Amino acid sequence: MPVKTYIQAIAEATIEEMERDESVFTMGEDLRQSVYGATAGLLERFGEDRVIDTPLSENGFFGAALGASLCGMRPIVETVTSFLWVGMDQLISQASKMRYMFGGQAELPVTFRIRMFYARGAAAHHSDRNYPIFMNTPGQKIICPTNAYDAKGLMKTAVRDNDVCLLFEDGIAISSRTEVPDNKDLPGGELLVPFGVANTVRAGSDVTVVGIAGGVQHALDAAKLLEPEGISLEVIDPRTLVPLDMETILKSVERTGRLVVVDPAHKMCSAASEIAATVAQDGFWSLQAPIQVVASEQVNVPYSPALEPLIYPTPEKVVAAVRAVLN
Amino acid sequence: MALDKQQLEEMYRRMCRIRYFEEAVIEIHSSGELIGPAHPYIGEEAVAVGACTALEDSDRIAGNHRSHGHPIAKGGDVKRAMAEILGKSDGFCKGKGGSMHLADFSIGILGESGIVASSVPIATGAALASKLGKKGFVSLVFFGDGASNQGACHESMNMAALWDLPIIFMCENNGYAITTSYRNSVSVEHVSDRASAYGMPGILVDGQDAIAVWEATTEAVRRARAGEGPTLIEAMTYRFEDHSLGLDRIRKSAYRSQEEVDEAMKRDPLKIHRAAMMTHAFSTELECDEIENTVRAEIAEAVEFARNSPFPEPGALFDDMWATPVKNTPVSQSTRR
Repeated sequence: MPVKTYIQAIAEATIEEMERDESVFTMGEDLRQSVYGATAGLLERFGEDRVIDTPLSENGFFGAALGASLCGMRPIVETVTSFLWVGMDQLISQASKMRYMFGGQAELPVTFRIRMFYARGAAAHHSDRNYPIFMNTPGQKIICPTNAYDAKGLMKTAVRDNDVCLLFEDGIAISSRTEVPDNKDLPGGELLVPFGVANTVRAGSDVTVVGIAGGVQHALDAAKLLEPEGISLEVIDPRTLVPLDMETILKSVERTGRLVVVDPAHKMCSAASEIAATVAQDGFWSLQAPIQVVASEQVNVPYSPALEPLIYPTPEKVVAAVRAVLN
Repeated sequence: MALDKQQLEEMYRRMCRIRYFEEAVIEIHSSGELIGPAHPYIGEEAVAVGACTALEDSDRIAGNHRSHGHPIAKGGDVKRAMAEILGKSDGFCKGKGGSMHLADFSIGILGESGIVASSVPIATGAALASKLGKKGFVSLVFFGDGASNQGACHESMNMAALWDLPIIFMCENNGYAITTSYRNSVSVEHVSDRASAYGMPGILVDGQDAIAVWEATTEAVRRARAGEGPTLIEAMTYRFEDHSLGLDRIRKSAYRSQEEVDEAMKRDPLKIHRAAMMTHAFSTELECDEIENTVRAEIAEAVEFARNSPFPEPGALFDDMWATPVKNTPVSQSTRR
């Protein structure tokens, strides 16, 4: 099976969906020069009308994508986590609320591809991991692919979905390479990964470790570090946060009795908080130890390389949390 | 002026429909039947009706919190509009949107927005869809002098002019953003002066004269359909009522003088149009009265309909969240809890 990068997978999904459906088009900043890598060659292939470089006007073009989607188009918008703040009115007041507020009249098939950089010396204005904010505003689907296979399959599902999809491309996951089958080798001739179905990345028996976005890699690294000691981690990647497959997590906790959640977002009101709260509520009698959350410290991202690494989850912090739930 | 008698009468019918609808809303509000806020459009009827008369059914509109006039002018059903305002299941939005969020997608009403200027990018996107998909419709967005200062407006106008989008930016300048006067918030003489900064025509028009608004909009629609790009129209109008029903503290405020209000009310758009019908189409007093009487009956019927419409069932709470429901959506989660 061919091995591909995360960005290749996103690019393939984009091309396949644009070829399949003429109403799909891409818009965002610097797409034609492919500053972030995933839109290379689109302009030559699909022309200016379907590959739109926008002015630096996030509130304006996020809203324009939504408006276009109300009238039969299926925009793919490329942006960056920290620029979501600039377009927040459209993302919350319109994207989240429009369908429900208008009694189900609106269909908003927009996919926002959101690059999530952090841990690379970009300081507080360029290191946001803000997906949990949108878990608190009902009405959008939140997708966090952590490998190339899921990136392609979830992206294609997002483009075909008739709701607003926010797809967060984690900077740690982006450097990964994974096997992605060619379409000719797939039963349906294409790769589609459903929303709301968690992936048990690694089966194990002692502790359930749920990883969010880049947290999955830390969990897998921790599992390797603990293996020589005979400690077996079950690593679960929810893949989508809205909808969230709690069933898979609760079933795993039923077997292991122990839960660690790893989330690169800031700890307070994170995706990890929601998962921990739900397990505490619905899986309390399975637990043999208090739940541990490994998330980013509740402080802004500092610039200095002496400080920045201190705030994020690491495999070592996951190991420590695992030891805590086992003691 | 190329409007025939039938069109002029239809414009008057729609203006009366808005006026009497709003009067009914005020009455219902004062009786305590209406809980949420509502922003009367009385005094501004000529803008919505003049603009929408220049549009086809397939054209799209979007608007703002002063929301009842736009959909009625576009041909929206007053029964369903009134039911929505009362939070009933027969409302445009099944009672989920209320007064500030009327929408009827089936006739191109893409929705009013409670957040000022927030629907301007949405309407711009509709115009983008029309252009990219060669769909042929134009998009028109109503916004106020207050909204004209929002970044969303400026960003949208820049994109629309840059991409030659088929959109009309219809600024309803009623002089006040709640209590803040236009003079204290806009740096230039007219909002329409800003059009030149984006490279589009800026047209200043008498917003109390429905025919003048129709004429300006008709030219803007022609431009849009011909692929010549957007137009910014500023219709000078006046809000005869207070900003919002239920905001009594603002009602008592002295932000505009009684003399100013009295002076503005002398230019009632309904009276101006009624006179125009007589001049241009030789409509008689009797014909005008008949339109008014028919519309009064229609509004009474709408109120009756809305009152009799059932409230949504509690089971409807989670409906309409998702267009593509999938496994484990938050709705099923919360029922599990």
